[in-house]
Amino acid sequence: MSPRLRVSWSPPQPPKDSVSRPVAVDTQVRSGGQPAAPPKGSWFRRHFPWFRGDMRTAFLVLLPSIILVAIFIYGFILWTGYISLVDWKTAVENYDWVGLKNWKNLFSMERFRWNMRNLVIYGAGFMSQCILFGFLLAVLLNQNVKGENIFRSIILLPFAVSAIVTGVAWRWLMQPTTGVNLLFQKLGLEGFDFAWASDITWGALAITIASAWQFTGYIMALYLAGLRGISDEVVEAARVDGAGTWQLYRHIVIPLVMPVTFSAIVLTGMGSIRVFDMVTVLRGPSFSTDMLAFHMYQSTFGLYRTSLGAAIGFLMLLLSLFLVVPYLRGTRFEEGG
Amino acid sequence: MKRRIPLSRPLIYLVLILFCLFYLMPFYVMVITSLKPYQDLNVTRMWDLPTTISLDGFLEAWARVAPNFRNSIEITIPAALISSVWGSINGYIFAKWRFKGSDTIFMLFLFGMFLPYQGILIPLVRTLQAFGLYGTQAGLILTHCVFGIPITALLFRGYYAGIPNELLDAGKIDGCGFFKLYRHILLPISMPGFAVVLLWQFTSIWNDFLIGLVVLSNPSRAPVNVAVQNIAGSWSVEWNVQMSAALIAALPTIILYLSMGKLFMRGLLAGAVKG
Repeated sequence: MSPRLRVSWSPPQPPKDSVSRPVAVDTQVRSGGQPAAPPKGSWFRRHFPWFRGDMRTAFLVLLPSIILVAIFIYGFILWTGYISLVDWKTAVENYDWVGLKNWKNLFSMERFRWNMRNLVIYGAGFMSQCILFGFLLAVLLNQNVKGENIFRSIILLPFAVSAIVTGVAWRWLMQPTTGVNLLFQKLGLEGFDFAWASDITWGALAITIASAWQFTGYIMALYLAGLRGISDEVVEAARVDGAGTWQLYRHIVIPLVMPVTFSAIVLTGMGSIRVFDMVTVLRGPSFSTDMLAFHMYQSTFGLYRTSLGAAIGFLMLLLSLFLVVPYLRGTRFEEGG
Repeated sequence: MKRRIPLSRPLIYLVLILFCLFYLMPFYVMVITSLKPYQDLNVTRMWDLPTTISLDGFLEAWARVAPNFRNSIEITIPAALISSVWGSINGYIFAKWRFKGSDTIFMLFLFGMFLPYQGILIPLVRTLQAFGLYGTQAGLILTHCVFGIPITALLFRGYYAGIPNELLDAGKIDGCGFFKLYRHILLPISMPGFAVVLLWQFTSIWNDFLIGLVVLSNPSRAPVNVAVQNIAGSWSVEWNVQMSAALIAALPTIILYLSMGKLFMRGLLAGAVKG
């Protein structure tokens, strides 16, 4: 993909067009054709007046990406939905239509009830830790502290590390016979003894400690940027009106960083729906830490119950929509992204 | 906004230091455990420093994960480079050549980026198999590049949106077209953008587990994180070897993060819509 090669593909410039126009004309108008006169010519020319010259080149360069995204994301989603409605349950491909049988099957599984229970527990634990600690750390770092860079780098460091590495480290820390239990016992809490990730009831919650350890720095960074974006005048005005610090945070700061909180809810919520790596490493007994993604992986690639796996995967997509749709609606992608 | 909350300064520092200790704790445990000789691996002395420094753990871990480490390099570097160049061109189009419907297409790109991979894995495997790419590094590189289209386009779109249109208009007066504008005006000032996007793509592809696990299921061809999980999953492996393997897998991204923290941060903030 040598850029020089591509220059030669560039169509000859229409000199008249660019010269006759004023200097400050913006890209879209210039290449969008003649805004003043109604477009003439063929149906295509009339309905796609922008499709010529450089604008056409731009579209054609973008086209492969559009096609790949259309196939690899949207096409594959439809395909997965279709697989969830057929009877593919061995290593051999089978597209015999069975309707909602796999879905009914899934919803009646004991394992599926564990998945949903664990999703609620994991989501609650992961989201609350990331958002509360992320916000708290951002507020503290925003107090003109000395060595802010060092603190921030340390808090963000886990985010550079993979979930697998995080899980391996925390598996050692969560060993019932040693690790964190031993640390607290050494600090004087004699009876401190938890099973952590291997706890049959609260294993899923214990795993969120490791996940939040990795992800809180990211949420902290988002909040910090949000706090830095609040203008001093707003804060001063509230001060003049006699707001105390807690009132200031309660009524001014927290509402003003609401967009960040919204992002944080969506990001951590998505993380909860799709968590896979962490529960693969920090796996508890039976289904105590089983999540949808792990169930999907085992069904599809372990047991070759492909249609069931497709149903789980598609369900994960549907769950994500509840978070993504309102999020992208609320995000305006103007200049500046 | 810089505001003081009515907490005494020492308390603020105390809380921050406690949190930092919490964030450093797993690294401390990983490092000291990886440096312990076998006879030092007593669960009751987990928090103690090693009595003697031993590289046995590292040597054994390296013997186990070295091929996978090489696989990861061979996958991550081309995938990060290709997807960055690709994203730069796409971002240029989305920012500076907005045709009718381009914002809708961009939105559909972003939308796709959020969806969990589990909803597309089975067709992905079938498609790669059909093209003979399943189980190959080329297949995994292609997959990472395609799934990287949305995020790289987003990052570069944001970067190029900050470049004034007047600069391009001046180029157009001089007779530059689509490619010349990119090549002669945008590309020379794109290096900071490339650094951020490359760093972002390198980190996410290196740290990937799921796609590598599914596309390269053969353990000897798998990326390093899959190998680390395999080592951790077998209970016969000593903890010093496990921790060494984890550190080896984490080292490249940690080094990048420590040396280019600022760029990392910029990518994080720009990519806030990516999970």
